[in-house]
Amino acid sequence: MKRLRPIVWQFLLLAICLAGATLALRSVDRVRGRQATLQDVLYIRSGKTLKRASLGYSGLLADIYWTRAVQYFGSGHVRHETRFDLLYPLLDITTDLDPHLIVAYEFGSIFLSQAKPAGAGQPEQAAALVEKGIRENPKYWRLYFTLGYIHYFDRKDYKAAAMAFQKGSEVPGAQPWMRSMAASMAVHAGEPELAAAIWRHIYESTEDEGIRQNAVQHLQALQIDQEIAELQRRVDLYRQKTGQAPYGWQSLIQAGLLRGVPRDPTNKPYILDTQGKVRTKDPVPFVTQARDRKE
Amino acid sequence: MMSRLSAVTFNTFREAVRDRVLYNLILFVLLLLAITPLFGQISIGLERIILINVGLSAMSLFGIVIAILVGIGLVSREIEKKTLYTILSRPVRRWEFITGKYCGLVMTLTVNAVMMATGFYLALLITGHGWQAADARLLVAIYFIILQFFIMTAITLLFSAFTTPVFSAIFAFSLFVIGSFSEDLRNFAALTQGLTKWLVTATAYLVPNFSSLNVISQAAHDVPVDGRLIAFNTLYAVFYSMAAIAASIVIFERRNLK
Amino acid sequence: MPAVEISGLTKSYTAGFFRQKRITALQPLHLTIEEGEIFGFLGPNGAGKTTTLKLLMGIVFPTAGSAKILGRDFRDPDVRKEIGFLPEQPYFYDYLSAPELLDYYAQLSGVPREERRKRIPLLLEQTGLADAGRKQLRKFSKGMLQRVGIAQAMIHNPRIVFLDEPMSGLDPVGRREIRELILTLKRDGKTVFFSTHILSDAEALCDRVAVIHKGVLRGIGVVEDLKSQTADKSEIIWQGAHALAAVSAMVGKAHVTGEVVRGVVNSPELDQLLEKLRREKARLISVTPLHGALEDYFVAHTSEREAVQR
Repeated sequence: MKRLRPIVWQFLLLAICLAGATLALRSVDRVRGRQATLQDVLYIRSGKTLKRASLGYSGLLADIYWTRAVQYFGSGHVRHETRFDLLYPLLDITTDLDPHLIVAYEFGSIFLSQAKPAGAGQPEQAAALVEKGIRENPKYWRLYFTLGYIHYFDRKDYKAAAMAFQKGSEVPGAQPWMRSMAASMAVHAGEPELAAAIWRHIYESTEDEGIRQNAVQHLQALQIDQEIAELQRRVDLYRQKTGQAPYGWQSLIQAGLLRGVPRDPTNKPYILDTQGKVRTKDPVPFVTQARDRKE
Repeated sequence: MMSRLSAVTFNTFREAVRDRVLYNLILFVLLLLAITPLFGQISIGLERIILINVGLSAMSLFGIVIAILVGIGLVSREIEKKTLYTILSRPVRRWEFITGKYCGLVMTLTVNAVMMATGFYLALLITGHGWQAADARLLVAIYFIILQFFIMTAITLLFSAFTTPVFSAIFAFSLFVIGSFSEDLRNFAALTQGLTKWLVTATAYLVPNFSSLNVISQAAHDVPVDGRLIAFNTLYAVFYSMAAIAASIVIFERRNLK
Repeated sequence: MPAVEISGLTKSYTAGFFRQKRITALQPLHLTIEEGEIFGFLGPNGAGKTTTLKLLMGIVFPTAGSAKILGRDFRDPDVRKEIGFLPEQPYFYDYLSAPELLDYYAQLSGVPREERRKRIPLLLEQTGLADAGRKQLRKFSKGMLQRVGIAQAMIHNPRIVFLDEPMSGLDPVGRREIRELILTLKRDGKTVFFSTHILSDAEALCDRVAVIHKGVLRGIGVVEDLKSQTADKSEIIWQGAHALAAVSAMVGKAHVTGEVVRGVVNSPELDQLLEKLRREKARLISVTPLHGALEDYFVAHTSEREAVQR
């Protein structure tokens, strides 16, 4: 082998060491897992103290906290050791550091409010967070939408939801359907058409793929709920007429109650089980009708 | 070669020990440890936690400051003061000089760390009225702090090889601050796309990683540290330091001295 | 084997904001120093004396050219076991004491422990530092530092000693002591190369001197010859050892290293010699006039006139 000039050896050494360092670091990150990102962060729980300590760089610190929250909770795979109890303090601190970090209020509160395992299942705190956001950002009418959403879907407090939509519609610049939403809520609270309207609005007002998919799933679920309710009604009708439990969809088709095997919006057939209950072939998220069956 | 390396190493150690800056800083830390038990009076039950947090954070921070202050003199000051002329005119190779300087300073910092750790354990003894089994776990936190010193010294050495003492200090300290947030930088890199992603990721890995080496709050709450973490962190510190030293050598071997 | 052979060592810098100006600190230097001689390197400040030494010591890197020390490449670190260096206005680690410094430096130069134990007190004695004891160098006067400098240049018993302005900062007594030391070195068979701008020292100590000005070697003289006011002679260096036969009568005692020949010719015969060399297709490297008394010599070569080139 030709004797290489020393600089080649030196650069080789440098490259190898950098590679080794990078690999070792990746292993470190793997072992530490997601835990790490939250631990130190929540040692100081007072947002005000942190704000003072950050020497004017509170905005940057807020971004760091938010990024960590997203990293920890938003990775898609929610393991059962996820520390949901840390989410609210984290969001609270983040918004103390930067009260105008809208995304923290909007996304953070939705995640906070949704029932487990999709979210933290803390709608009360979620509402409190959004209200804080509204206080700090009174001109941002969309937060009222978020608040209304939380009251409607997760807290089932239709009056509060209506009030939120109403107040939001009064903010200059708010979309006109906020007002009609408020009005509908007073009358049709709890009805699927209203829920579907809300989800359609969400789908149209965002460009985020994740949120759109979520909205589509909710809309499908609403449809499935309606369809299952209707199918169940027909099954009961059959029972009334014949005094027997139906044996699969064939019975209903023969009895003239159905034209063919019913399929759900994803084109999979509905199942009529041996106890005479209708459900979807595979579990579908957000469907309420067959919920008692699912767990 | 070995005799020259060890000669430079021990001389550097001697130099650091006789540098009065060192004493002031150590004194400061010991004082801090001495008054920490007073903090515990404020909130019951938190005495131990506060002591560990303050004590270890002080050790870490002051050690880094010492690493930088003494480290910038490693090469920069020697070039400025021309003490290098009579060294380089001897059989010692430039890379031996750099490596020996590094080893000497690291030795100094380790001894410092041991001294501070002793003071720290004494403070623990006094406030806790005896030692607990969990105190042994604190050693891991201290070990990680020493690994931080290894990395910081190598970085300071790197800057010292091509720029003035003042700039070396500024750059080194900046890298320490950035490195303390390196985990966030890596998280941020994961969220970006395209060219930005490559740039940010490269930066995130080039920057020294001090965040994973900081297990102080874990230690304060008696959370044990995964053995694999110890192994990988050690590997990281070793590789990164060697990379910085290799870079220093590349620069220094080619440098025309004033 | 010559102690030091410098072949075309050059050093230039780029300066200016856009690195557009080129400053040559040292034009290609050709110089040979014999073992056992005391060689003086004369020149005003900024002439290139220190640059030459820094190049030889590996403190700066040459833009061109090479050199050999004791027959080996000057860049070979191990050859530095045989050389000692005293820089101009030296600084040493001020937190060490004189014996500690000597011990450290001796270690770096590869002196074994037993020998260190013997030589350090010896050298402290020789340089008049025996009373310094454990005092840290930061408390030393300039003169004492200079002595430490000489001590560290000699501690490992090198064959060649390079001194840059060794007398600076010393009082007359000190200067006499250093002169004695240098003569002792010669007596022990060492080679001494020292640069200075003090002519009397050079006159008293050196076997040969060279004058350098603005980066160019202006002249070389044998001090003896100069002192006895010898007539015009020129030193000539050429490449092409085969040509020596044709000109041996004119050149007298010539020194041959490989293809390079160095000799002295009477100036009147210079033209004739050059003609003969040209016919033999030898390649001329340099012609350096050797003149009269040292002071005239020095003045002549450091005035604004260019050196005589043909």
